[in-house]
Amino acid sequence: MTARALSRTEIREAAQRPMMAPGKTWWLIVLGLSALVLWAAVAYAYQVMNGLGVTGLGQRVTWGFYIANLVFFIGISYGGAMTSAILRLTGAPWRAPLTRMAEATAVAALLVGAAFPIIDLGRPDRFLNVILHGQVGSPVVWDVVAISTYLAASLIFLLLPLIPDAAVCRDARPERGLRSRIYRLLSLGWEGTPEQHRVLRRSMTIIAILIIPLAVSVHSVLAWLFGVTVRPGWNSTIFAPYFVLGAMFSGVGAVILVLAAFRKAYHLEAYITTKHFTYLAYILVVLASGYLYFMVSEYLTEGYKMHEDTGRLLELLMLGRLAPFFWLFIFGGLLAPIALIAVPFTRTIPGITLAALAVVLGMWLKRFLIVVPGLAEPLLPSSLIIYYPSWVEVAITLGAAAAIPLMLMVFFRFFPVLSIYEMEEAELEHVSAHAAGGA
Amino acid sequence: MNQSDTEDQEDSQTKQHPVNRRRFLGGVGAMAGLAAVGFIPLTEIVKGESPPAHTSTARSQPRQWAFVIDLRRCDGCKKCTEDCQKVHSLPKDHEWIKVYETTDEDGVKHFMPRLCMHCENPPCLKVCPVAATFKNEEGVVLVDQNRCIGCRLCMAACPYEARYFNYADPPKPAEPFDNPMPEFPVPQQKGTVGKCILCVHNTSMGKLPACVEACAMNALFIADLNSDVMTNAGGETYKLSRYLSENDAYRLKEELNTSPRVWYIAGHGQDLEF
Repeated sequence: MTARALSRTEIREAAQRPMMAPGKTWWLIVLGLSALVLWAAVAYAYQVMNGLGVTGLGQRVTWGFYIANLVFFIGISYGGAMTSAILRLTGAPWRAPLTRMAEATAVAALLVGAAFPIIDLGRPDRFLNVILHGQVGSPVVWDVVAISTYLAASLIFLLLPLIPDAAVCRDARPERGLRSRIYRLLSLGWEGTPEQHRVLRRSMTIIAILIIPLAVSVHSVLAWLFGVTVRPGWNSTIFAPYFVLGAMFSGVGAVILVLAAFRKAYHLEAYITTKHFTYLAYILVVLASGYLYFMVSEYLTEGYKMHEDTGRLLELLMLGRLAPFFWLFIFGGLLAPIALIAVPFTRTIPGITLAALAVVLGMWLKRFLIVVPGLAEPLLPSSLIIYYPSWVEVAITLGAAAAIPLMLMVFFRFFPVLSIYEMEEAELEHVSAHAAGGA
Repeated sequence: MNQSDTEDQEDSQTKQHPVNRRRFLGGVGAMAGLAAVGFIPLTEIVKGESPPAHTSTARSQPRQWAFVIDLRRCDGCKKCTEDCQKVHSLPKDHEWIKVYETTDEDGVKHFMPRLCMHCENPPCLKVCPVAATFKNEEGVVLVDQNRCIGCRLCMAACPYEARYFNYADPPKPAEPFDNPMPEFPVPQQKGTVGKCILCVHNTSMGKLPACVEACAMNALFIADLNSDVMTNAGGETYKLSRYLSENDAYRLKEELNTSPRVWYIAGHGQDLEF
């Protein structure tokens, strides 16, 4: 931390602040978000009753909002898992106040993203066929395996550092009641013995190492869902790393948004400082540049040749009907955020939050521009098909987006928003480092 | 199909090889009984293992269906599409055989009917997560609509846009279907993918596919690779390999190595490459 080490009680108070009886604003926001989620549920029920015909999808553009959402939301979950894991493994000392929020965002976004393959199915009632009759050669099966493994790992990654924190909550409460029982369950008999500390630290290192290849594999197989076809724009060998980088990019943006929101709502200014935002913003710029590099290398090599279908796709994207969206992404979602962070004048918390918002919205747009135009372009001589989403698709998409902050708000109502355990560890290191320096 | 192989075959056989159409398609009726026996285990097809031994009524070698479209004859009437949709009780946007229309620089219209290519190496089959798409022993690519989960990856994977998703319940069939088979349901199932089934319900009874029967221009031919014969609604019967080589037959998107079983004879100077 800064000049003064924060005291134990201060940290605990701040971490558990969202767990106090919620105010009117909390209820209002939760109500609003719940309404959106409920509306999405109604829309989905309508879709289940009437079939996918209630969407705007057709015989050529058979994937639309849902598949874009699948890629987008799972990408969002990356920010949490990857940043938290990388920061842990590299021992970045400033990570402590961020990890809990990052990991919770990862799980929330992943739960939402993992719902979309099922939402998109024509026969969701037969989903178990993927297990009963699963074909190892199908990218859909790869996806199901990768997403479920990654979900399990993300949950463990969230729950491990929660063990000592659940113990703190457990100790602060009377023995009885459901809530106490849950804390007791999650704390796994944590007493804070040196042996327990050792085991926890080791397990966390292992899962942090594991989660990186798992996360990489998830977005790689998602990319191959497209890459194994001959569709223009999809038929690309760089899709896997391109998708992985894009996922991290949007994920870090999402983490910044979550940090900004909870920092303001629960007055965590003393813990989440401009420094945190600046560091994350630097990571964001690096990822933005990487993404830009991938895009240039993809479009330059294809655009140089302008080969048949791919050439037509590039024209559609850059000059045709979709050009406004494409350039909106390039300027709004990629270049503007880089500029906002690069210029010292706007490299402030509001400026960085705005950049992150542009990145997150821009990356959704980019996912859409990957999924739909690749299908809209004909492979045999006929015309372009235009896809407009129906209200059902829009409602489900908005509901999905609302579900993430809703899950986070409810989660932090019951669990510390900052990782008390890691904050205290970091403080301890800080103090001992100072003591060593003084001696 | 290997070009030199077919030519060798041709030399070793009699030059003119007239085959009676009735004889060609007859006897296939025995296959109906075989089909009724049940499925070939899908796993075996996916693994590429040889199908199980036939009953004594079946021929030693199954038919290997193929298709020839003579574009010189097609006038774009779309009767094939119409009849196909009627027979299989399909909605209007399901064109299992679809007639593509192009206009060249001189303003002349060209037509190209496209059905499922029944590829030897079908990309749709590879990507199916539940092996709902399979190839029967006669080389016809089919969808088990009782298993399909409707993920539609096969539609994205098909380079010929030959697959259709049942977004809604299909129209009610006018009359009960005369030869229901386990391979495909009529009417189609909502929420699953459908496609050209090369009228296995007809060929198994020695009848022509609906589109071939419908073609007044006699542009569509059903063919069998094993007996090297092709025939159309007009009763014209040719030796397949010779017809293909003499008329410079081509297949769509040869470069993708899907090895389609549909051959085209180029028409009025239209572009061979699509």
